[in-house]
Amino acid sequence: MVNIVLVSHSPKLVEGLEELLKQVVGQVSIVTAGGDEDGSIGTHFDKIQAAVEEAASGDDGALVFYDLGSAKMNAEMAIEVAESESVRLVSYPIVEGSYLAAVESSIGNSLDDILASLEKEFG
Amino acid sequence: MLIGVEETIQWLKNYNDKLSEQKDYLSQLDRAIGDGDHGINMARGFQQVADSLDDDFDDVSTVLKKTATTVMSKVGGASGPLYGTAFLKMSMACKGKEVDAGVFAEMVEAALGGIKQRGKSEEGEKTMVDVWSPVLDMLREGEFDAERLKKTAEDAMQNTEDMTATKGRASYFKERSQGNLDPGAVSSYYLFAELADVIGKGA
Ligand SMILES: Nc1ncnc2c1ncn2[C@@H]1O[C@H](COP(=O)(O)OP(=O)(O)OP(=O)(O)O)[C@@H](O)[C@H]1O
Ligand SMILES: [Mg+2]
Repeated sequence: MVNIVLVSHSPKLVEGLEELLKQVVGQVSIVTAGGDEDGSIGTHFDKIQAAVEEAASGDDGALVFYDLGSAKMNAEMAIEVAESESVRLVSYPIVEGSYLAAVESSIGNSLDDILASLEKEFG
Repeated sequence: MLIGVEETIQWLKNYNDKLSEQKDYLSQLDRAIGDGDHGINMARGFQQVADSLDDDFDDVSTVLKKTATTVMSKVGGASGPLYGTAFLKMSMACKGKEVDAGVFAEMVEAALGGIKQRGKSEEGEKTMVDVWSPVLDMLREGEFDAERLKKTAEDAMQNTEDMTATKGRASYFKERSQGNLDPGAVSSYYLFAELADVIGKGA
């Protein structure tokens, strides 16, 4: 199954979103990186990198969703560092996008299939 | 030679002092058109940088590399990756070299390229790019002049006041971002001003 990474400035935002996704797709691995080093609002490279590395260790690849600004910049950098072809950053709405991805992942769709669906829906 | 290991360390330590002194001012600038964390981010990260520079270093490149990794993981926000990339590129550009005026210009060129690539930004978007870019133009003219470096960076910082932000958090304010200095441009001005002071004193 394709893993999903959620990157946000707010720890609560990704916790809530994880909960929302888990309710329908319990078996899909969802990794979150929310907030600053100390859990306040912000982004933190080490945290995001750890999440990306964890998700990248799966066999079927991972999709990384982000909320805004530096979350994107940090996620891009973490993906470069991870040097994995199968981890992709996706610039689609984090809630609807990750929901669609989680559902498709749970029914066994591949990374490329999910990317195509995301593009079709939100592109 | 323009700067050696000692001057580089002095420069970064002075920069840390400046940031901790101006922390509230930088955050206040960021509050006007962003989320108000720029001063806190920078002061926190560069305190760690200053603390990491008491070791022995072989050359300027190693000092800058160490700085880059600390900045990337300790500053946070957008300025962490942006300044982290800038220091990393500077470190790579002076690897195995003595830093004279020519090499320093190459370092700033590499850093500016890195910032633009990381931020997908260009000149005129009311970001730190608007300080680094005029500084590079000035450095390319040859002869190193500490006073001119400082003045160029200061004027460039001032020029961000009238610009409209199209990158970063400030871009959400559109025209309302006018009339405020860009916080990242101000912290970049401090960086070059502190360098000018270290070199100007003939260290
Ligand atoms: N895309 C970008 N390109 C170049 N510089 C940028 C970009 N985005 C932000 N900056 C610079 O970074 C400064 C803001 O840094 P700061 O540490 O406050 O990050 P931030 O905007 O709070 O990040 P976040 O996206 O987490 O809100 C701006 O003043 C600007 O100079
Ligand atoms: Mg900010």
